[in-house]
Amino acid sequence: MKDKNLVDSALETKDVTCVFQVSQGFMKGKKPLAAVKGVSLKVPKGQVVGLVGESGCGKSTLASILLGLQAPTKGDVLYSGESASGFNRKDVARRIQPIFQDPYSSLNPTKTIRSIVSQPLRIHNVGDPSEWNAKVAEILDLVGLPRRAAGSYPSQLSGGQRQRVAIARALIMRPEIVICDEPTSALDVSVQSQILNLLQDLKEELGLTYLLISHNLAVVEHLADRVAVMYLGRIVEEGPSEDVFADPRHPYTRALLESVLTPDPTLSVPDTHLGAVFPNPIDPPSGCVFHPRCADCIDKCKTIAPEPIQDGDHMAECHLADRSCQ
Amino acid sequence: MSILEVENLTVDIPVAAGMLHPVRSISFSVEKGETLCIVGESGCGKSLTSLALMGLLPKAAIRRADKLLFRGEEIGDLPERKMAHLRGGAMSMIFQEPMTSLNPAYTIGDQLMEVFRRHVTRDKAAARDRAIYLLEKVGISSAASRLGQYPHQLSGGLRQRVMIAMALMCEPELIIADEPTTALDVTIQAQILHLLAELQNEFDMGLILITHDLGVVARIADKVQVMYAGRTVEEGPARAVFDSPQHPYTQGLLRCIPIPGKTKRGERLGAVPGIVPNLVGDLSGCMFRNRCPHAAPVCATADDSLVTGPDGHANACIRPEPERVAEAVA
Ligand SMILES: Nc1ncnc2c1ncn2[C@@H]1O[C@H](COP(=O)(O)OP(=O)(O)OP(=O)(O)O)[C@@H](O)[C@H]1O
Ligand SMILES: Nc1ncnc2c1ncn2[C@@H]1O[C@H](COP(=O)(O)OP(=O)(O)OP(=O)(O)O)[C@@H](O)[C@H]1O
Ligand SMILES: [Mg+2]
Ligand SMILES: [Mg+2]
Repeated sequence: MKDKNLVDSALETKDVTCVFQVSQGFMKGKKPLAAVKGVSLKVPKGQVVGLVGESGCGKSTLASILLGLQAPTKGDVLYSGESASGFNRKDVARRIQPIFQDPYSSLNPTKTIRSIVSQPLRIHNVGDPSEWNAKVAEILDLVGLPRRAAGSYPSQLSGGQRQRVAIARALIMRPEIVICDEPTSALDVSVQSQILNLLQDLKEELGLTYLLISHNLAVVEHLADRVAVMYLGRIVEEGPSEDVFADPRHPYTRALLESVLTPDPTLSVPDTHLGAVFPNPIDPPSGCVFHPRCADCIDKCKTIAPEPIQDGDHMAECHLADRSCQ
Repeated sequence: MSILEVENLTVDIPVAAGMLHPVRSISFSVEKGETLCIVGESGCGKSLTSLALMGLLPKAAIRRADKLLFRGEEIGDLPERKMAHLRGGAMSMIFQEPMTSLNPAYTIGDQLMEVFRRHVTRDKAAARDRAIYLLEKVGISSAASRLGQYPHQLSGGLRQRVMIAMALMCEPELIIADEPTTALDVTIQAQILHLLAELQNEFDMGLILITHDLGVVARIADKVQVMYAGRTVEEGPARAVFDSPQHPYTQGLLRCIPIPGKTKRGERLGAVPGIVPNLVGDLSGCMFRNRCPHAAPVCATADDSLVTGPDGHANACIRPEPERVAEAVA
């Protein structure tokens, strides 16, 4: 097996933490909310790393940090091994492009699709302006939008069509790394399959690297080489996709996998067995932050936060994943 | 009794190029306690259909319907004031775009309590209790402390759950949910689906769920309605539609999703090649014909109305399966 440390990483975070100060209401003062806590993650060149986890666990915050849109409170981001602190906005934008979760708020309603899609070319002054329209037409074809859409405004398009616009805008720069935050959640399955096939093709053709944030585990399993599972600001499990999907070590990962709804009309919605005790990021539980929801919780879990346990290429942050203890 | 009965609902929108026909004479009904799922390609008119039911279409849009019955009463001609009273009260909607129904200038607590105070009781404490109860039900921890937060301070999924809570504030009899769980992880999705089912059992609530997620549809739908280019192309009990899809578009859709354990990793997924037709101007025949692997010349003039079989499974394709298959083999 190839050691992942030997593969060049396109993108890496070292012990990144991001704390927001949130107000508790009128006259109550502010409290810190650690959205990302000491995350170290590697995205190897030319690979797809899937990032999954509970809604609100910090995935988008981590993505903003990687894109240089949000400064980490602590820790370092590296692009191809170089510290991001040496890069200006433009350098970052040429390497990494985002495709965001929300196709509604991420498109400027007053601009035409042509203008939105060509915006990165204009900002970074790429190529000859006389070629921009042709480039836009080409990229619209690529993402399956009719060329006539170029003259429309976002409000005239459906949700799915708008998400294709966002994808076109990200790809027109031909970046090295694409951070996809729920790239297909607004798309119907037939467009989703086209976009996923497209992301695959572009990956091969252009040697792209993806960080793929998605709640759709079937999509992640289908595309990702590696997968990282996040819970309450921490990466609690990480490893090659096949291993994680076939042999999940963290109880949260298991709950996630059991909740996937395959299109089988003879089955109903499964019980998650996670209970109704939702974690509060402002006041996280002691010990292992997952312990109040864990069916396998032992005494140690209530007081001692688990260290990452590495088994070959597969990491899990759970006391019970430490097979030597069992 | 049907909580909602819709007959020949049509929406037209004048655009620069002429008249757009995004919703074309569709009919459906929802019984008390029933779940109807609407699926279909992006842009096929699902959101406009639900906005039309709620009386919330864009200004320029023109709505027509032979029947639009809510609890047996025609609501097609209700004045806006009465319609506004129904919305958020007896019929409520979970919007596809969280930010269209959440006001960025107010805290989520204010917004949740406002609906309740407008429709149920002015009592502030009761409104607050109900808001906290529902936020906890949709999986938001320490709900009381979240009441003071503004929408932009919440993650996408938290916002979506706030909207779900808002739609449930007044115990509606009908909920129209447009992609309610797309921004949620699967464990919370499962939980929200359980919550909706619970409310359905308790209050006999009717549910129209619009979603692209065929997994969700398979697990919760009583009835499935497949839309294409503003028309219903197939409709029927969920089992029948999933087990034996009749329309070539539905058949294509079901081939597009990666199925864990069945689809090989990185393998190309099935697709429905081509793009949605332009719905401006005069339209005739089956609108799927230019993407259909089984299209024949007759499809250009075909009547694309649904034909219902004995089991309530209806399909708009004029070329029956055996004929199409025989041809494909030959
Ligand atoms: N600007 C902000 N101010 C205060 N808190 C914030 C801010 N942005 C995010 N948060 C909080 O940080 C946490 C992580 O949010 P984030 O958007 O990263 O979650 P996520 O994993 O992307 O969730 P989702 O899957 O729902 O999109 C949440 O509790 C959120 O409320
Ligand atoms: N205000 C408007 N003006 C002009 N055209 C519009 C307007 N609103 C929607 N449309 C068009 O009407 C069609 C149907 O839109 P609708 O939003 O109902 O689609 P949808 O089925 O909900 O799609 P999605 O799954 O992507 O949300 C689309 O082609 C869209 O471009
Ligand atoms: Mg997010
Ligand atoms: Mg829609």
